[in-house]
Amino acid sequence: MRYLPLTDTDRADMLTKIGAASIDDLFVDVPAIAQLDGPIRDLPLHASEMAVERHMKKLAAKNLVAGDVPFFLGAGAYRHHVPASVDTIIQRGEFLTAYTPYQPEIAQGTLQMLFEFQTQVARLYGCAVANASLYDGSTACWEAVAMAARVTKRTRAVLSGALHPHYAEVVKTMAQFTGYTIGDALPSITPDPELSGLISRIDEETACVVVQYPDILGRISDLTPIAEAAHAKGALLVVVNTEPVALGAIKSPGEMGADIVVGEGQSLGVGLQFGGPYLGLFAVRDPKHVRQMPGRLCGETTDAEGKRGFVLTLSTREQHIRREKATSNICTNSGLCALAFTVHMTLLGERGLRELAAENHRLACFAADRLAKVPGVRVLNNGFFNEFTVMLDGKPAREIVRDLADRGVLAGVSLGRLYPGVAALEQALLVAVTETTTEEDIERLAAELAASLKETV
Amino acid sequence: MNAPNKSGWKPEMQIAESGFLGGPVTTTGNRALMLEEPLLFEIGRADVTGVDLPMVDASAPTRLGGLARSEAIGLVGLTEPETVRHYTRLSRQNYGIDLGFFPLGSCTMKHNPRLNEKMARLPGFADIHPLQPQSTVQGALEVISQLGEWLCKLTGMPGVAMSPKAGAHGELCGILAIRAAHTARGDAREVVLVPESAHGTNPATAAFAGYRVEDIPATAEGRVDVAALKARLGPDVAGVMITNPNTCGLFEKDFREIADAVHAAGGYVYCDGANFNAIVGRVRPGDLGVDAMHINLHKTFSTPHGGGGPGSGPVVFSEALAPYAPLPFVRQDGDGVFYLVEEEHTEERGPSFGRMTAFHGQMGMFTRALTYILSHGADGLKQVAEDAVLNANYILRSMEDILHAPFAASGPCMHEALFGDKDFGGGLSTLDVAKGLIDEGYHPMTVYFPLVVHGAMLVEPTETESKAAIDQFIAAFRAVVERALAGDEALKQAPYFAPRRRLDETGAARKPKLAFEG
Amino acid sequence: MPRYFTDEHEWIDVEDDLATVGITDYAQGQLGDIVFVELPAPGTAVEKGKDAAVVESVKAASDVYAPITGEVTEANPALEEDPALVNTSPEEDGWFFKMTVADPSELEGLMDEASYQEFVAKL
Repeated sequence: MRYLPLTDTDRADMLTKIGAASIDDLFVDVPAIAQLDGPIRDLPLHASEMAVERHMKKLAAKNLVAGDVPFFLGAGAYRHHVPASVDTIIQRGEFLTAYTPYQPEIAQGTLQMLFEFQTQVARLYGCAVANASLYDGSTACWEAVAMAARVTKRTRAVLSGALHPHYAEVVKTMAQFTGYTIGDALPSITPDPELSGLISRIDEETACVVVQYPDILGRISDLTPIAEAAHAKGALLVVVNTEPVALGAIKSPGEMGADIVVGEGQSLGVGLQFGGPYLGLFAVRDPKHVRQMPGRLCGETTDAEGKRGFVLTLSTREQHIRREKATSNICTNSGLCALAFTVHMTLLGERGLRELAAENHRLACFAADRLAKVPGVRVLNNGFFNEFTVMLDGKPAREIVRDLADRGVLAGVSLGRLYPGVAALEQALLVAVTETTTEEDIERLAAELAASLKETV
Repeated sequence: MNAPNKSGWKPEMQIAESGFLGGPVTTTGNRALMLEEPLLFEIGRADVTGVDLPMVDASAPTRLGGLARSEAIGLVGLTEPETVRHYTRLSRQNYGIDLGFFPLGSCTMKHNPRLNEKMARLPGFADIHPLQPQSTVQGALEVISQLGEWLCKLTGMPGVAMSPKAGAHGELCGILAIRAAHTARGDAREVVLVPESAHGTNPATAAFAGYRVEDIPATAEGRVDVAALKARLGPDVAGVMITNPNTCGLFEKDFREIADAVHAAGGYVYCDGANFNAIVGRVRPGDLGVDAMHINLHKTFSTPHGGGGPGSGPVVFSEALAPYAPLPFVRQDGDGVFYLVEEEHTEERGPSFGRMTAFHGQMGMFTRALTYILSHGADGLKQVAEDAVLNANYILRSMEDILHAPFAASGPCMHEALFGDKDFGGGLSTLDVAKGLIDEGYHPMTVYFPLVVHGAMLVEPTETESKAAIDQFIAAFRAVVERALAGDEALKQAPYFAPRRRLDETGAARKPKLAFEG
Repeated sequence: MPRYFTDEHEWIDVEDDLATVGITDYAQGQLGDIVFVELPAPGTAVEKGKDAAVVESVKAASDVYAPITGEVTEANPALEEDPALVNTSPEEDGWFFKMTVADPSELEGLMDEASYQEFVAKL
C-alpha cells in the first residue's frame, strides 16, 4: 500500500516492544459483537493510482463542464476566471497540509494570511472587523441571525423575500430548534425591490432584518432606509452578499448602515466545485460587537523579542473554552478557500477588482439588451450588477432551462428550481454574466432561447 | 540514539558559545532562508494589478440603481511575481505534514495523497455549478452516492447525510435529527448527557440545539462511568454524545451496553466520530448501537486540513434516525438516473428536518475522500487503522517510563497516546514541552486536551509515518521531557529557532487589533 | 465598612444599603492575565449565587456570581479600558460593580477576611 510506510518487519518489532503477540491484542477492548474476521465484505480492495484515476475520470466525464458551453448560472455561485497562480499557491504543502494555527510560532504564514484576509473582507464590506471565515454564505447568514439575537437579546428575525431561498431555508431549519421566530416571504416580481413591506414588518421584538444585496433577482437598492428603520426599533440590519465582485462597482453595505455583513466568497479564487467547499464571509461594522462574533479571529501582537507576529485571539468566545456557552459550535474556518480568496484579491487589488466589476457589468448590460430583443422575453430589473431576471412570458422557465441544456447552453437558474410550486415565479429566469462570458456566448443564448420558446408549448 | 538525525548533522556540531542566535545582525532582518515578510498592505499599491482586464469605458452608462461606488475600497494589489513571492515566503513560516511529523492528537494529521488533489481538479468536478440541470451533473451526483455508500458500509449504518460542511456541522446535524425524532413522537426531552472528557464542540452543539447539557463522570481508567450514566437515564434524557474511541485514546468497551441502556430509556446515541481513524475498516459503529455519527473526511479520509479548513462532516444514521436526515440527498430512480431530493419532493423528503446549507455539501472534499477510499479499499483501510493504533501504542510504551501516562494501565490505547505533566521541575509545564518540540523540528502534540488530565499531551502519530520517523520523534520527545523533569529553565523561553519566539497572547486579547490600519 | 467573601472568591463591601463587588486577589492569581471583563448593565437584577459577570483570561472564561441578591447600580467603567486592573488592584480599583442589598440577612452566610484566608490556605 503506497501510503503506508511500515513494513511487516517494523510491525513485528513494534509489537515486540509493546509486548503484544499480534495486532489483535491491541483491539481487545472491542467487544466480540463488533469484531470482524477480516476486511469488510462486499467492498473492493486497494487499487493503483492508475485504476483509481480511471474510475474518477469516468465519473467526471458524465458531467457537462461549465467552461465547455455558453454558461449563465449564478444564484449564489458564480463562474469567474481564477488566475493560475492562485492554485499554485494553495497547493504549497505548507499551506495545504497545515492545521489550524494553534502553535503560532510555526504558523505565521497562515496567521499573517488570515490577517490580510480579514482586512480585505472588512474593507470590501465597509466594516471594522471581519473574522477568519465560516463554512459558506448560507451558514454565515444563520450565524448573523444568531449573533443579532445575542446582541439585542431578542429572538425574532425578519427575512426579506428576496433573500436566497436556500439561505432562508437554512435559517428556518436552525431557528426551529432554537426558539427563534423567523418572518419570511416570497420575492415580489417587481423591477425594484419592495422595501416598504419589509420595513413595516420590523417591530420592537425584532432582533434583525436580513436583506440580500444585490438580491436574489439581481436587483440593487439603497439600504439606508432599512438601516434607519431597523435602528429606530433597536434592531440590527444584516446584509447578505453572494457576489463579492459586485462590491467593486456598488456601495458597500457598511456605508449604508449595515450592522453585520455576511456573504459567500466563492467568486474570488474558489471556483464552482458543485457547491462546495465555499467560503463564508462575516464582518461587523461596530468594533464593540466583536466579542459576540462567531468563528476564528486573527490578531496582531508581538513576540518575546518584540517582533510583530499574529495569533488567534478572543478565543474565549469559542467552543473549546466556553463549551455550552460558546457563541457558536464552529471549530474550523474555511482556511484554504480564504487563502484562495486572498491571493485572488491581492492579484486584483483595488484597480483590478474595479475593472473586473466594470467588465462584468458591461457584459451583463449587453446581455440584458440582447435578450430583451428576443420575442417573449422581458427584462425585469431596473438596476442590476452581473445578474438579472428575465420573464419568459407564458413559458415555465424550468423547462426552458432543461431544453436549453439539451441544446448545449446552460442558460441560467429558473426560479422554478429555487421556488418549486410557486406559480407566480415560474416564468422567471435568472441570468448571470461574468468576465468569462463572451459576446458570442450571449448571442448563442439569445438564439437558442428564441428557438426554444418558439418550440416549447 | 545519539545520532537522531541522518542529514549529516551531529550533536557535537552544536555551536555552544553563540548558538543559532549569534552571528552578525543582518540589514534586512532575514537570516538566509528564514525570510521576514511585510504585510500585503505595506507593499501593495492601489493602482497595481496582477490581472489584465479589458479597459471598460468609464463613461459608459451603468444600471447600478444609482448606487455606483464613489469611495475607494481600500484594497491594494501586487503583480503576479510579487504575489507569488509574498505568499511563498509566508508559506515557509508554516509547519505542515509535508514538512514533518505532526502528532496533533484528535486531529489525524496524516499524509494527504496528491492523487486526491489531482482528481478534485478535474474540470468535470471542479467546474460545474450546483444548480445545473441534474441531467448534466450525473457524475457528480454519482460521486456523492458512491461515497455515501462506502461510508454506510464502513460504519454498518443504513443512512447518510452528506451535506454537513465540517465535523461540528455534522454533530449539529446528528443532534438535530435526534431532536426531530423526539419531536415527531411528541416527546419533549431536554437533556443531553456528555462525558466530561468530551471535546468542547459536543456541549456547544447540544446547547445550540436547545438542550441542557449534563456531564457524565469518567472512571479512573479513563472511560465513561457506565453506572453513573445509567443512573442518570430517564424520560427527560434525549440522548448521549460519546466519542469512541474516546478523547483519552481508549476504546469505550462498554459502548454496546451503554447504547442498549440509552435505547431502553427512549434516548438516542450520538457517537462523535472524530477518532474513527483508529477503527476504520476494522470495527463498524453500527454494530455498537450508534444512532448517528459524523465522519470528519479531513481526518480519517485525508482531505487536507488547509490551515484550518475546509472540512467535511457527513453523518451516518441508524434506521431510527435516517428519515430525519437533512435536505438535499441523492437518490437513484428505476432507470439508474440520480436525482436530488429537495424541498419540493414533499413525499420523498419524509420527515427530514430541513436544509443545513445552501447546496449539496463539500463536493471538492467528496472527490478527494472517494479517491482516498478507492485507493485503500477495504483491506487498505483496515491496515490504516491497525498501523495507526500500532504506532500510538509504540509511542505510549516508549515514553511511559519517563512521562506520566495516566491510563497506561487501562490496556492498549487506540490511535493516540495520552500523557500528563506530573513531576516536571522548575515550574515547567506542558506548554514548555510543546515549545521545546518546536525547536526539535516537530509540530507539538495536542496540549491541555482532554481537560480530565492535568497538563494533557495527546499524541496521535497516524499510520503514514515510518518507524524511523517515529523513533526519531521518540528520541526528541524523551530529550525534551527529560529537560522538563530536570527543570531546565531554558525550556521556558522555547522556541528559539522558529520564525517567531513566544507571542504575547494577552496583549493581543486586551487590545484586539484585527485588521491593518493605515 | 465590613467586607465579606464567598467561597467562589468574590468579595463584597457593604455600606448602608449599597454594596461593591469584585474578585479576590487569590482569584486573579488563579486566572492569570485578565484580558476582558463583561459587566452587568446598571438596572440588571442579580440573584445570589447566579452569574452576574464574566472574567476572561487568554485561555479561560469564568463566571462571577452575585454574592447577594439585588440590583446593579453601576459597573466599573475603568475595566473596559484596562481589564488588567483586576490583576494589579483586584480588591480596590479593580472592583466589578455596585449593587443594592435586597436582603441584608444574605450577608450572614458569607465569610469574613480571616475565615476567607483560612479557606484559601486549604485550597
